[in-house]
Amino acid sequence: MTVSKKTKYALLAALVIGLVIIYFPLLVVLLNSFNADTTFGWPPSSFTFEWWIRAAGNEGALNALWTSVQAGLAATAIALVLGTMAAFALQRYRFYGRNSVSLLIILPIALPGIVTGIALNNAFRTILGVDLGLFTAIVAHATFCIVVVFNNVVARLRRMGGNLEEASMDLGADGLTTFRLVTFPMLRSALMAGGLLAFALSFDEIIVTTFTLGTGMETLPIWILNNLFRPNQAPIVNVVAAVLIVASTVPVYLAQRLSGDTASGGRI
Amino acid sequence: MDPRLDRDQGLRMTVSSPRYAVSSYLYRRPKLRLGMLLSAPFLWLGLAYLGALAALFVTAFWHTDSFTGQVVTEWSLDNFKTLFTDTVYRTITFRTVWIAALVTVIDAVIAFPMAFYMAKFASPRAQRILVIAVMTPLWASYLVKAYAWRTMLSGNGVLHWLLNPFGLDGPGYGLPATVITLSYLWLPYMILPIYAGLERLPNSLVDASGDLGAKAGRTFRSVILPLTFPAIVAGSIFTFSLSLGDYIAVKIVGGTSQMLGNVVYDNIGAANNLPFAATVATVPVVIMLVYLAAVRRTGALDNL
Repeated sequence: MTVSKKTKYALLAALVIGLVIIYFPLLVVLLNSFNADTTFGWPPSSFTFEWWIRAAGNEGALNALWTSVQAGLAATAIALVLGTMAAFALQRYRFYGRNSVSLLIILPIALPGIVTGIALNNAFRTILGVDLGLFTAIVAHATFCIVVVFNNVVARLRRMGGNLEEASMDLGADGLTTFRLVTFPMLRSALMAGGLLAFALSFDEIIVTTFTLGTGMETLPIWILNNLFRPNQAPIVNVVAAVLIVASTVPVYLAQRLSGDTASGGRI
Repeated sequence: MDPRLDRDQGLRMTVSSPRYAVSSYLYRRPKLRLGMLLSAPFLWLGLAYLGALAALFVTAFWHTDSFTGQVVTEWSLDNFKTLFTDTVYRTITFRTVWIAALVTVIDAVIAFPMAFYMAKFASPRAQRILVIAVMTPLWASYLVKAYAWRTMLSGNGVLHWLLNPFGLDGPGYGLPATVITLSYLWLPYMILPIYAGLERLPNSLVDASGDLGAKAGRTFRSVILPLTFPAIVAGSIFTFSLSLGDYIAVKIVGGTSQMLGNVVYDNIGAANNLPFAATVATVPVVIMLVYLAAVRRTGALDNL
Protein backbone atom coordinates (compact mmCIF):
# COMPACT_ATOMS: atom_id res chain seq x y z
CA MET A 1 0.00 0.00 0.00
CA THR A 2 1.32 3.44 -0.86
CA VAL A 3 0.90 6.08 1.80
CA SER A 4 2.97 9.10 2.66
CA LYS A 5 5.97 8.62 4.93
CA LYS A 6 4.37 11.00 7.40
CA THR A 7 1.21 8.87 7.78
CA LYS A 8 3.26 5.74 8.15
CA TYR A 9 5.41 7.18 10.92
CA ALA A 10 2.37 8.64 12.67
CA LEU A 11 0.79 5.17 12.68
CA LEU A 12 3.99 3.59 13.95
CA ALA A 13 4.12 6.19 16.73
CA ALA A 14 0.52 5.36 17.65
CA LEU A 15 1.38 1.66 17.82
CA VAL A 16 4.42 2.24 20.00
CA ILE A 17 2.54 4.60 22.34
CA GLY A 18 -0.32 2.08 22.53
CA LEU A 19 2.03 -0.74 23.50
CA VAL A 20 3.72 1.48 26.08
CA ILE A 21 0.30 2.28 27.58
CA ILE A 22 -0.49 -1.46 27.66
CA TYR A 23 2.73 -2.53 29.35
CA PHE A 24 3.69 0.46 31.48
CA PRO A 25 1.17 -0.07 34.33
CA LEU A 26 2.17 -3.74 34.56
CA LEU A 27 5.81 -2.71 34.78
CA VAL A 28 4.97 -0.28 37.56
CA VAL A 29 3.42 -3.12 39.60
CA LEU A 30 6.52 -5.27 39.02
CA LEU A 31 8.82 -2.45 40.15
CA ASN A 32 6.62 -1.59 43.11
CA SER A 33 6.93 -5.10 44.47
CA PHE A 34 10.57 -4.18 45.19
CA ASN A 35 9.76 -0.65 46.38
CA ALA A 36 11.17 -0.22 49.88
CA ASP A 37 8.77 2.61 50.70
CA THR A 38 5.63 1.22 52.38
CA THR A 39 3.40 4.00 51.02
CA PHE A 40 4.60 3.28 47.49
CA GLY A 41 5.45 6.82 46.58
CA TRP A 42 6.72 7.17 43.06
CA PRO A 43 9.51 7.09 41.94
CA PRO A 44 10.81 4.45 44.37
CA SER A 45 13.70 5.74 46.47
CA SER A 46 15.22 2.35 47.26
CA PHE A 47 14.57 -1.32 46.54
CA THR A 48 14.18 -4.37 48.76
CA PHE A 49 13.45 -8.11 48.59
CA GLU A 50 11.77 -7.97 51.96
CA TRP A 51 8.18 -8.06 50.59
CA TRP A 52 8.92 -11.09 48.43
CA ILE A 53 10.28 -12.98 51.42
CA ARG A 54 7.28 -12.02 53.54
CA ALA A 55 4.81 -12.90 50.78
CA ALA A 56 6.38 -16.34 50.40
CA GLY A 57 5.39 -17.06 54.01
CA ASN A 58 1.98 -15.36 53.94
CA GLU A 59 -0.52 -18.03 54.92
CA GLY A 60 -3.60 -16.28 53.53
CA ALA A 61 -2.05 -15.81 50.11
CA LEU A 62 -0.69 -19.38 50.00
CA ASN A 63 -4.04 -20.88 51.02
CA ALA A 64 -5.77 -18.79 48.38
CA LEU A 65 -3.23 -19.96 45.80
CA TRP A 66 -3.97 -23.60 46.68
CA THR A 67 -7.74 -23.02 46.38
CA SER A 68 -7.18 -21.36 42.99
CA VAL A 69 -5.08 -24.26 41.75
CA GLN A 70 -7.63 -26.87 42.90
CA ALA A 71 -10.52 -24.99 41.30
CA GLY A 72 -8.52 -24.40 38.12
CA LEU A 73 -7.45 -28.02 37.69
CA ALA A 74 -10.91 -29.47 38.33
CA ALA A 75 -12.67 -26.93 36.10
CA THR A 76 -10.11 -27.54 33.34
CA ALA A 77 -10.64 -31.30 33.52
CA ILE A 78 -14.40 -30.91 33.14
CA ALA A 79 -14.01 -28.31 30.39
CA LEU A 80 -11.63 -30.57 28.46
CA VAL A 81 -14.17 -33.39 28.33
CA LEU A 82 -17.24 -31.27 27.59
CA GLY A 83 -15.44 -28.87 25.22
CA THR A 84 -13.98 -31.72 23.17
CA MET A 85 -17.32 -33.51 22.93
CA ALA A 86 -19.04 -30.31 21.81
CA ALA A 87 -16.25 -29.58 19.31
CA PHE A 88 -16.61 -33.02 17.69
CA ALA A 89 -20.39 -32.67 17.53
CA LEU A 90 -20.30 -29.23 15.94
CA GLN A 91 -17.34 -29.75 13.64
CA ARG A 92 -18.17 -33.23 12.34
CA TYR A 93 -21.95 -33.12 12.06
CA ARG A 94 -24.52 -30.85 10.47
CA PHE A 95 -27.79 -30.75 12.36
CA TYR A 96 -30.77 -28.59 13.14
CA GLY A 97 -30.00 -26.05 15.87
CA ARG A 98 -26.26 -26.24 15.32
CA ASN A 99 -25.89 -22.44 15.43
CA SER A 100 -27.89 -22.26 18.64
CA VAL A 101 -25.58 -24.77 20.27
CA SER A 102 -22.49 -22.79 19.30
CA LEU A 103 -24.14 -19.64 20.67
CA LEU A 104 -24.90 -21.54 23.88
CA ILE A 105 -21.23 -22.41 24.29
CA ILE A 106 -20.16 -18.76 23.98
CA LEU A 107 -22.97 -17.45 26.18
CA PRO A 108 -21.25 -17.90 29.57
CA ILE A 109 -18.47 -15.50 28.61
CA ALA A 110 -20.59 -13.26 26.37
CA LEU A 111 -22.99 -12.35 29.18
CA PRO A 112 -21.71 -10.02 31.91
CA GLY A 113 -19.99 -12.08 34.62
CA ILE A 114 -22.32 -10.77 37.27
CA VAL A 115 -25.35 -12.23 35.45
CA THR A 116 -23.76 -15.68 35.21
CA GLY A 117 -22.63 -15.29 38.81
CA ILE A 118 -25.97 -14.53 40.41
CA ALA A 119 -27.83 -16.97 38.13
CA LEU A 120 -25.64 -19.83 39.34
CA ASN A 121 -25.69 -18.56 42.92
CA ASN A 122 -29.48 -18.57 42.83
CA ALA A 123 -29.60 -21.99 41.18
CA PHE A 124 -27.27 -23.58 43.74
CA ARG A 125 -28.77 -22.07 46.86
CA THR A 126 -32.48 -21.76 46.25
CA ILE A 127 -33.23 -24.33 43.53
CA LEU A 128 -30.82 -27.16 44.32
CA GLY A 129 -30.32 -26.35 47.99
CA VAL A 130 -26.56 -26.91 47.74
CA ASP A 131 -24.26 -25.05 50.13
CA LEU A 132 -21.68 -22.94 48.33
CA GLY A 133 -18.16 -24.32 48.52
CA LEU A 134 -15.24 -25.23 46.34
CA PHE A 135 -17.42 -27.63 44.35
CA THR A 136 -19.92 -24.96 43.29
CA ALA A 137 -17.10 -22.67 42.19
CA ILE A 138 -15.64 -25.51 40.10
CA VAL A 139 -18.99 -26.07 38.37
CA ALA A 140 -19.26 -22.35 37.62
CA HIS A 141 -15.69 -22.12 36.31
CA ALA A 142 -16.11 -25.17 34.10
CA THR A 143 -19.17 -23.52 32.54
CA PHE A 144 -17.20 -20.63 31.10
CA CYS A 145 -14.00 -22.61 30.45
CA ILE A 146 -15.72 -24.95 27.97
CA VAL A 147 -15.58 -22.35 25.21
CA VAL A 148 -11.76 -22.05 25.34
CA VAL A 149 -11.23 -25.78 24.91
CA PHE A 150 -13.98 -25.87 22.31
CA ASN A 151 -12.32 -23.14 20.20
CA ASN A 152 -8.94 -24.85 20.24
CA VAL A 153 -10.28 -28.29 19.39
CA VAL A 154 -12.57 -26.99 16.64
CA ALA A 155 -9.66 -25.17 15.01
CA ARG A 156 -7.58 -28.36 15.11
CA LEU A 157 -10.38 -30.59 13.79
CA ARG A 158 -10.97 -28.19 10.93
CA ARG A 159 -7.31 -28.41 9.92
CA MET A 160 -7.08 -32.15 10.45
CA GLY A 161 -9.93 -33.34 8.23
CA GLY A 162 -11.21 -36.91 8.48
CA ASN A 163 -8.99 -38.75 5.99
CA LEU A 164 -6.55 -40.28 8.44
CA GLU A 165 -9.34 -41.58 10.64
CA GLU A 166 -11.09 -43.12 7.65
CA ALA A 167 -7.83 -44.73 6.58
CA SER A 168 -7.42 -46.16 10.06
CA MET A 169 -10.93 -47.64 9.97
CA ASP A 170 -10.36 -49.01 6.46
CA LEU A 171 -7.31 -50.78 7.78
CA GLY A 172 -9.47 -52.51 10.33
CA ALA A 173 -9.18 -50.47 13.50
CA ASP A 174 -12.38 -50.02 15.47
CA GLY A 175 -13.63 -46.61 16.64
CA LEU A 176 -11.87 -46.68 20.00
CA THR A 177 -8.54 -47.82 18.54
CA THR A 178 -8.75 -45.12 15.89
CA PHE A 179 -9.40 -42.51 18.55
CA ARG A 180 -6.55 -43.80 20.71
CA LEU A 181 -3.94 -44.18 17.98
CA VAL A 182 -4.93 -41.60 15.35
CA THR A 183 -7.36 -38.92 16.50
CA PHE A 184 -6.09 -38.31 20.02
CA PRO A 185 -2.38 -37.98 19.14
CA MET A 186 -3.29 -35.36 16.55
CA LEU A 187 -5.50 -33.52 19.02
CA ARG A 188 -3.10 -33.73 21.93
CA SER A 189 -1.34 -30.39 21.52
CA ALA A 190 -4.63 -28.58 20.88
CA LEU A 191 -6.02 -30.13 24.06
CA MET A 192 -2.95 -29.06 26.02
CA ALA A 193 -3.22 -25.52 24.66
CA GLY A 194 -6.96 -25.37 25.36
CA GLY A 195 -6.46 -26.83 28.82
CA LEU A 196 -3.75 -24.31 29.69
CA LEU A 197 -5.86 -21.40 28.58
CA ALA A 198 -8.90 -22.77 30.40
CA PHE A 199 -6.82 -23.05 33.56
CA ALA A 200 -5.58 -19.47 33.13
CA LEU A 201 -9.15 -18.25 32.64
CA SER A 202 -10.32 -20.02 35.77
CA PHE A 203 -7.29 -18.87 37.74
CA ASP A 204 -8.04 -15.20 36.99
CA GLU A 205 -11.78 -15.22 37.35
CA ILE A 206 -13.21 -13.07 40.10
CA ILE A 207 -16.82 -12.00 39.49
CA VAL A 208 -18.42 -15.42 39.02
CA THR A 209 -16.19 -16.77 41.79
CA THR A 210 -17.43 -14.13 44.23
CA PHE A 211 -20.96 -15.50 43.89
CA THR A 212 -20.23 -19.22 43.77
CA LEU A 213 -17.40 -19.84 46.24
CA GLY A 214 -18.28 -20.75 49.83
CA THR A 215 -18.08 -18.10 52.54
CA GLY A 216 -14.67 -17.87 54.17
CA MET A 217 -12.94 -19.40 51.15
CA GLU A 218 -10.66 -17.34 48.94
CA THR A 219 -9.14 -17.82 45.52
CA LEU A 220 -6.08 -15.70 44.79
CA PRO A 221 -7.97 -12.91 42.96
CA ILE A 222 -10.50 -12.76 45.81
CA TRP A 223 -7.66 -12.64 48.31
CA ILE A 224 -6.23 -9.65 46.43
CA LEU A 225 -9.58 -7.88 46.38
CA ASN A 226 -10.10 -8.52 50.12
CA ASN A 227 -6.66 -7.14 50.95
CA LEU A 228 -6.58 -4.33 48.42
CA PHE A 229 -7.98 -1.71 50.75
CA ARG A 230 -5.84 -2.67 53.75
CA PRO A 231 -2.79 -0.39 53.71
CA ASN A 232 -0.63 -2.71 55.86
CA GLN A 233 -1.16 -5.54 53.37
CA ALA A 234 -0.20 -3.39 50.36
CA PRO A 235 3.39 -4.71 50.02
CA ILE A 236 2.21 -8.34 49.96
CA VAL A 237 -0.59 -7.50 47.49
CA ASN A 238 2.05 -5.90 45.25
CA VAL A 239 4.16 -9.06 45.28
CA VAL A 240 1.17 -11.32 44.56
CA ALA A 241 0.15 -9.02 41.70
CA ALA A 242 3.69 -9.09 40.31
CA VAL A 243 3.78 -12.90 40.49
CA LEU A 244 0.45 -13.09 38.66
CA ILE A 245 1.70 -10.79 35.89
CA VAL A 246 4.78 -12.93 35.31
CA ALA A 247 2.80 -16.17 35.59
CA SER A 248 0.20 -15.00 33.07
CA THR A 249 2.77 -14.99 30.26
CA VAL A 250 3.38 -18.72 30.70
CA PRO A 251 0.08 -20.09 29.33
CA VAL A 252 0.20 -17.76 26.31
CA TYR A 253 3.77 -18.74 25.55
CA LEU A 254 3.15 -22.46 25.95
CA ALA A 255 -0.13 -22.35 24.03
CA GLN A 256 1.63 -20.62 21.15
CA ARG A 257 4.36 -23.24 21.19
CA LEU A 258 1.91 -26.12 21.40
CA SER A 259 -0.34 -25.24 18.53
CA GLY A 260 -0.03 -23.05 15.49
CA ASP A 261 -3.79 -22.55 15.45
CA THR A 262 -4.87 -18.95 15.52
CA ALA A 263 -7.49 -19.77 18.14
CA SER A 264 -4.93 -20.40 20.84
CA GLY A 265 -4.20 -17.42 23.01
CA GLY A 266 -7.37 -15.67 21.98
CA ARG A 267 -9.44 -15.31 25.07
CA ILE A 268 -12.56 -15.67 23.03
CA MET B 1 8.00 -63.79 16.94
CA ASP B 2 7.76 -61.17 14.26
CA PRO B 3 5.91 -58.25 15.86
CA ARG B 4 4.06 -57.59 12.62
CA LEU B 5 2.48 -61.03 12.67
CA ASP B 6 1.50 -60.46 16.26
CA ARG B 7 -0.29 -57.26 15.33
CA ASP B 8 -2.11 -58.93 12.44
CA GLN B 9 -3.32 -61.59 14.76
CA GLY B 10 -4.50 -58.92 17.18
CA LEU B 11 -6.41 -57.30 14.38
CA ARG B 12 -8.13 -60.52 13.41
CA MET B 13 -9.17 -61.00 17.00
CA THR B 14 -10.69 -57.53 17.28
CA VAL B 15 -12.82 -58.06 14.16
CA SER B 16 -14.87 -60.68 15.92
CA SER B 17 -14.75 -59.08 19.39
CA PRO B 18 -17.80 -57.43 20.94
CA ARG B 19 -15.91 -54.14 21.05
CA TYR B 20 -15.66 -54.22 17.28
CA ALA B 21 -19.36 -54.97 17.03
CA VAL B 22 -20.19 -51.91 19.17
CA SER B 23 -17.82 -49.81 17.09
CA SER B 24 -19.39 -50.77 13.78
CA TYR B 25 -22.88 -50.45 15.25
CA LEU B 26 -22.07 -46.87 16.16
CA TYR B 27 -20.36 -46.23 12.86
CA ARG B 28 -23.58 -46.97 11.01
CA ARG B 29 -25.60 -44.63 13.24
CA PRO B 30 -24.23 -41.07 12.97
CA LYS B 31 -27.30 -39.65 14.73
CA LEU B 32 -26.70 -41.82 17.76
CA ARG B 33 -23.04 -40.78 17.82
CA LEU B 34 -24.04 -37.13 17.56
CA GLY B 35 -26.54 -37.60 20.36
CA MET B 36 -23.92 -39.15 22.61
CA LEU B 37 -21.43 -36.39 21.86
CA LEU B 38 -23.95 -33.64 22.49
CA SER B 39 -25.58 -35.18 25.57
CA ALA B 40 -23.15 -34.08 28.28
CA PRO B 41 -22.37 -30.58 26.97
CA PHE B 42 -26.08 -30.03 26.40
CA LEU B 43 -27.06 -31.20 29.88
CA TRP B 44 -24.46 -28.88 31.37
CA LEU B 45 -25.01 -25.75 29.29
CA GLY B 46 -28.50 -26.17 27.89
CA LEU B 47 -30.21 -27.55 30.94
CA ALA B 48 -28.17 -26.42 33.95
CA TYR B 49 -26.83 -23.06 32.75
CA LEU B 50 -29.79 -21.89 30.66
CA GLY B 51 -32.07 -23.21 33.39
CA ALA B 52 -30.24 -21.09 35.95
CA LEU B 53 -30.56 -18.02 33.71
CA ALA B 54 -34.27 -18.66 33.20
CA ALA B 55 -34.78 -19.12 36.93
CA LEU B 56 -33.01 -15.82 37.55
CA PHE B 57 -35.26 -14.06 35.11
CA VAL B 58 -38.33 -15.54 36.81
CA THR B 59 -37.05 -14.40 40.20
CA ALA B 60 -37.00 -10.83 38.89
CA PHE B 61 -40.82 -10.85 39.07
CA TRP B 62 -40.91 -11.97 42.72
CA HIS B 63 -40.09 -9.95 45.80
CA THR B 64 -38.59 -10.28 49.25
CA ASP B 65 -40.68 -10.22 52.38
CA SER B 66 -39.41 -7.19 54.28
CA PHE B 67 -39.81 -8.87 57.69
CA THR B 68 -38.50 -12.39 57.15
CA GLY B 69 -36.09 -11.66 54.29
CA GLN B 70 -37.49 -14.67 52.46
CA VAL B 71 -38.28 -14.60 48.76
CA VAL B 72 -42.05 -14.49 48.16
CA THR B 73 -43.10 -16.23 44.95
CA GLU B 74 -45.82 -13.79 43.98
CA TRP B 75 -45.81 -12.39 40.46
CA SER B 76 -45.63 -8.65 40.11
CA LEU B 77 -43.93 -5.93 38.11
CA ASP B 78 -43.11 -3.88 41.21
CA ASN B 79 -39.35 -4.42 40.89
CA PHE B 80 -39.37 -3.15 37.33
CA LYS B 81 -41.55 -0.22 38.37
CA THR B 82 -39.01 0.74 41.04
CA LEU B 83 -36.19 0.36 38.56
CA PHE B 84 -37.78 2.67 36.02
CA THR B 85 -39.31 5.28 38.30
CA ASP B 86 -36.65 5.69 40.98
CA THR B 87 -34.32 8.45 39.81
CA VAL B 88 -31.32 6.85 41.53
CA TYR B 89 -31.56 3.75 39.36
CA ARG B 90 -32.26 5.77 36.25
CA THR B 91 -29.17 7.89 36.87
CA ILE B 92 -27.03 4.80 37.47
CA THR B 93 -28.36 3.09 34.33
CA PHE B 94 -27.64 6.12 32.15
CA ARG B 95 -24.25 6.57 33.77
CA THR B 96 -23.35 2.94 33.11
CA VAL B 97 -24.44 3.07 29.46
CA TRP B 98 -22.63 6.38 29.02
CA ILE B 99 -19.41 4.96 30.53
CA ALA B 100 -19.66 1.83 28.38
CA ALA B 101 -20.16 3.93 25.24
CA LEU B 102 -17.28 6.26 26.12
CA VAL B 103 -14.96 3.33 26.84
CA THR B 104 -15.92 1.81 23.48
CA VAL B 105 -15.17 5.02 21.57
CA ILE B 106 -11.85 5.59 23.37
CA ASP B 107 -10.78 2.01 22.69
CA ALA B 108 -11.75 2.24 19.02
CA VAL B 109 -9.79 5.48 18.58
CA ILE B 110 -6.68 4.04 20.25
CA ALA B 111 -6.97 0.59 18.67
CA PHE B 112 -7.53 1.60 15.04
CA PRO B 113 -4.13 3.17 14.25
CA MET B 114 -2.36 0.41 16.19
CA ALA B 115 -4.20 -2.30 14.28
CA PHE B 116 -3.64 -0.43 11.01
CA TYR B 117 0.11 -0.41 11.37
CA MET B 118 0.10 -4.04 12.52
CA ALA B 119 -1.99 -5.23 9.57
CA LYS B 120 -0.59 -3.13 6.75
CA PHE B 121 3.03 -2.19 7.43
CA ALA B 122 4.54 -4.73 9.82
CA SER B 123 6.49 -7.65 8.33
CA PRO B 124 4.86 -11.09 8.77
CA ARG B 125 7.29 -11.92 11.56
CA ALA B 126 6.69 -8.61 13.33
CA GLN B 127 2.95 -9.16 12.85
CA ARG B 128 3.07 -12.44 14.73
CA ILE B 129 5.07 -10.92 17.56
CA LEU B 130 2.80 -7.88 17.76
CA VAL B 131 -0.34 -10.02 17.96
CA ILE B 132 1.17 -11.95 20.85
CA ALA B 133 2.26 -8.68 22.48
CA VAL B 134 -1.30 -7.38 22.32
CA MET B 135 -2.80 -10.69 23.43
CA THR B 136 -0.57 -11.46 26.40
CA PRO B 137 -1.95 -8.76 28.73
CA LEU B 138 -5.43 -10.25 28.18
CA TRP B 139 -4.26 -13.13 30.32
CA ALA B 140 -2.81 -10.99 33.07
CA SER B 141 -5.36 -11.06 35.85
CA TYR B 142 -8.20 -8.54 35.53
CA LEU B 143 -7.75 -7.64 39.15
CA VAL B 144 -4.02 -7.08 38.80
CA LYS B 145 -4.61 -4.69 35.92
CA ALA B 146 -7.26 -2.75 37.82
CA TYR B 147 -4.88 -2.74 40.78
CA ALA B 148 -2.09 -1.43 38.53
CA TRP B 149 -4.27 1.56 37.71
CA ARG B 150 -5.05 2.10 41.37
CA THR B 151 -1.30 2.42 41.84
CA MET B 152 -0.95 4.66 38.78
CA LEU B 153 -3.77 6.99 39.84
CA SER B 154 -3.05 7.22 43.57
CA GLY B 155 -2.30 10.60 45.13
CA ASN B 156 1.47 10.18 45.10
CA GLY B 157 1.39 7.67 42.24
CA VAL B 158 2.93 7.50 38.81
CA LEU B 159 0.47 9.74 36.96
CA HIS B 160 0.95 12.45 39.56
CA TRP B 161 4.71 12.13 39.12
CA LEU B 162 4.45 12.20 35.31
CA LEU B 163 2.05 15.14 35.08
CA ASN B 164 3.38 17.23 37.95
CA PRO B 165 6.22 18.85 35.92
CA PHE B 166 3.58 20.21 33.54
CA GLY B 167 1.58 21.73 36.37
CA LEU B 168 -1.11 19.06 35.97
CA ASP B 169 -2.32 16.32 38.25
CA GLY B 170 -3.85 12.87 37.71
CA PRO B 171 -7.65 12.61 37.84
CA GLY B 172 -7.57 10.83 41.22
CA TYR B 173 -10.20 8.18 41.96
CA GLY B 174 -13.62 8.76 40.43
CA LEU B 175 -15.54 8.35 37.20
CA PRO B 176 -12.71 9.55 34.88
CA ALA B 177 -10.42 7.02 36.58
CA THR B 178 -13.06 4.34 36.00
CA VAL B 179 -13.26 5.20 32.30
CA ILE B 180 -9.45 5.11 31.98
CA THR B 181 -9.20 1.77 33.77
CA LEU B 182 -12.02 0.13 31.81
CA SER B 183 -10.57 1.42 28.51
CA TYR B 184 -7.23 -0.07 29.51
CA LEU B 185 -8.76 -3.39 30.54
CA TRP B 186 -10.68 -3.96 27.30
CA LEU B 187 -8.27 -2.39 24.77
CA PRO B 188 -6.90 -5.72 23.43
CA TYR B 189 -10.47 -6.93 22.81
CA MET B 190 -10.81 -4.01 20.38
CA ILE B 191 -7.38 -4.26 18.72
CA LEU B 192 -7.62 -7.93 17.75
CA PRO B 193 -10.89 -7.85 15.75
CA ILE B 194 -9.93 -4.57 14.00
CA TYR B 195 -6.55 -6.07 13.12
CA ALA B 196 -8.27 -9.12 11.64
CA GLY B 197 -10.67 -6.88 9.72
CA LEU B 198 -7.90 -4.70 8.30
CA GLU B 199 -5.93 -7.76 7.28
CA ARG B 200 -8.85 -8.81 5.08
CA LEU B 201 -9.08 -5.35 3.47
CA PRO B 202 -7.31 -5.54 0.08
CA ASN B 203 -4.54 -2.95 -0.33
CA SER B 204 -5.54 -2.51 -3.96
CA LEU B 205 -8.79 -0.81 -2.93
CA VAL B 206 -6.90 1.80 -0.93
CA ASP B 207 -4.47 2.34 -3.82
CA ALA B 208 -7.32 2.59 -6.31
CA SER B 209 -8.97 5.24 -4.18
CA GLY B 210 -5.72 7.22 -4.20
CA ASP B 211 -5.30 6.76 -7.96
CA LEU B 212 -8.79 8.12 -8.49
CA GLY B 213 -7.75 11.29 -6.74
CA ALA B 214 -8.95 10.84 -3.18
CA LYS B 215 -6.80 12.34 -0.46
CA ALA B 216 -5.91 10.29 2.62
CA GLY B 217 -8.86 11.61 4.66
CA ARG B 218 -11.34 10.84 1.91
CA THR B 219 -9.94 7.34 1.37
CA PHE B 220 -10.25 6.70 5.08
CA ARG B 221 -13.84 7.92 5.25
CA SER B 222 -15.12 6.38 2.02
CA VAL B 223 -13.13 3.17 1.66
CA ILE B 224 -11.32 2.00 4.78
CA LEU B 225 -13.88 2.87 7.42
CA PRO B 226 -16.97 1.38 5.73
CA LEU B 227 -15.12 -1.86 4.99
CA THR B 228 -13.71 -2.27 8.49
CA PHE B 229 -16.81 -1.04 10.31
CA PRO B 230 -18.11 -4.57 11.04
CA ALA B 231 -14.77 -5.38 12.70
CA ILE B 232 -14.96 -2.26 14.86
CA VAL B 233 -18.50 -3.21 15.86
CA ALA B 234 -17.31 -6.73 16.68
CA GLY B 235 -14.73 -5.23 19.05
CA SER B 236 -17.32 -2.89 20.51
CA ILE B 237 -19.49 -5.84 21.51
CA PHE B 238 -16.79 -6.87 23.97
CA THR B 239 -15.85 -3.43 25.27
CA PHE B 240 -19.50 -2.46 25.66
CA SER B 241 -20.71 -5.69 27.23
CA LEU B 242 -17.77 -6.04 29.60
CA SER B 243 -18.12 -2.42 30.77
CA LEU B 244 -21.88 -2.76 31.32
CA GLY B 245 -21.49 -5.61 33.78
CA ASP B 246 -18.44 -4.37 35.61
CA TYR B 247 -18.55 -3.50 39.28
CA ILE B 248 -15.04 -4.25 40.50
CA ALA B 249 -13.01 -1.68 38.56
CA VAL B 250 -15.38 1.05 39.73
CA LYS B 251 -14.97 -0.20 43.30
CA ILE B 252 -11.18 -0.09 43.01
CA VAL B 253 -10.65 3.24 41.24
CA GLY B 254 -14.13 4.80 41.13
CA GLY B 255 -14.23 6.28 44.61
CA THR B 256 -17.86 6.27 45.72
CA SER B 257 -19.39 6.16 42.22
CA GLN B 258 -21.72 3.31 41.38
CA MET B 259 -22.53 1.39 38.23
CA LEU B 260 -25.30 -1.11 37.53
CA GLY B 261 -23.09 -3.98 38.65
CA ASN B 262 -22.67 -2.40 42.08
CA VAL B 263 -26.45 -2.17 42.52
CA VAL B 264 -26.77 -5.87 41.69
CA TYR B 265 -23.90 -6.76 44.01
CA ASP B 266 -25.21 -4.70 46.93
CA ASN B 267 -28.69 -6.17 46.57
CA ILE B 268 -27.32 -9.70 46.69
CA GLY B 269 -25.03 -9.06 49.62
CA ALA B 270 -25.94 -6.29 52.04
CA ALA B 271 -29.59 -5.82 51.12
CA ASN B 272 -30.28 -9.56 50.64
CA ASN B 273 -32.82 -8.76 47.94
CA LEU B 274 -32.21 -11.34 45.23
CA PRO B 275 -35.38 -10.54 43.24
CA PHE B 276 -34.40 -6.90 42.84
CA ALA B 277 -30.82 -7.85 42.01
CA ALA B 278 -32.23 -10.12 39.30
CA THR B 279 -34.36 -7.26 37.99
CA VAL B 280 -31.36 -4.94 37.76
CA ALA B 281 -29.28 -7.70 36.15
CA THR B 282 -31.79 -7.98 33.31
CA VAL B 283 -30.92 -4.39 32.30
CA PRO B 284 -27.41 -5.10 30.92
CA VAL B 285 -28.70 -8.30 29.31
CA VAL B 286 -31.56 -6.46 27.57
CA ILE B 287 -29.25 -3.62 26.50
CA MET B 288 -26.80 -6.17 25.08
CA LEU B 289 -29.57 -8.04 23.25
CA VAL B 290 -30.83 -4.78 21.73
CA TYR B 291 -27.27 -3.85 20.79
CA LEU B 292 -26.63 -7.26 19.22
CA ALA B 293 -29.88 -7.05 17.27
CA ALA B 294 -28.97 -3.56 16.08
CA VAL B 295 -25.49 -4.53 14.88
CA ARG B 296 -26.50 -7.86 13.34
CA ARG B 297 -27.06 -6.25 9.98
CA THR B 298 -23.51 -4.91 9.81
CA GLY B 299 -22.23 -8.49 9.73
CA ALA B 300 -20.27 -7.83 12.93
CA LEU B 301 -21.26 -11.17 14.41
CA ASP B 302 -19.35 -13.00 11.69
CA ASN B 303 -16.26 -11.07 12.76
CA LEU B 304 -16.22 -12.43 16.28
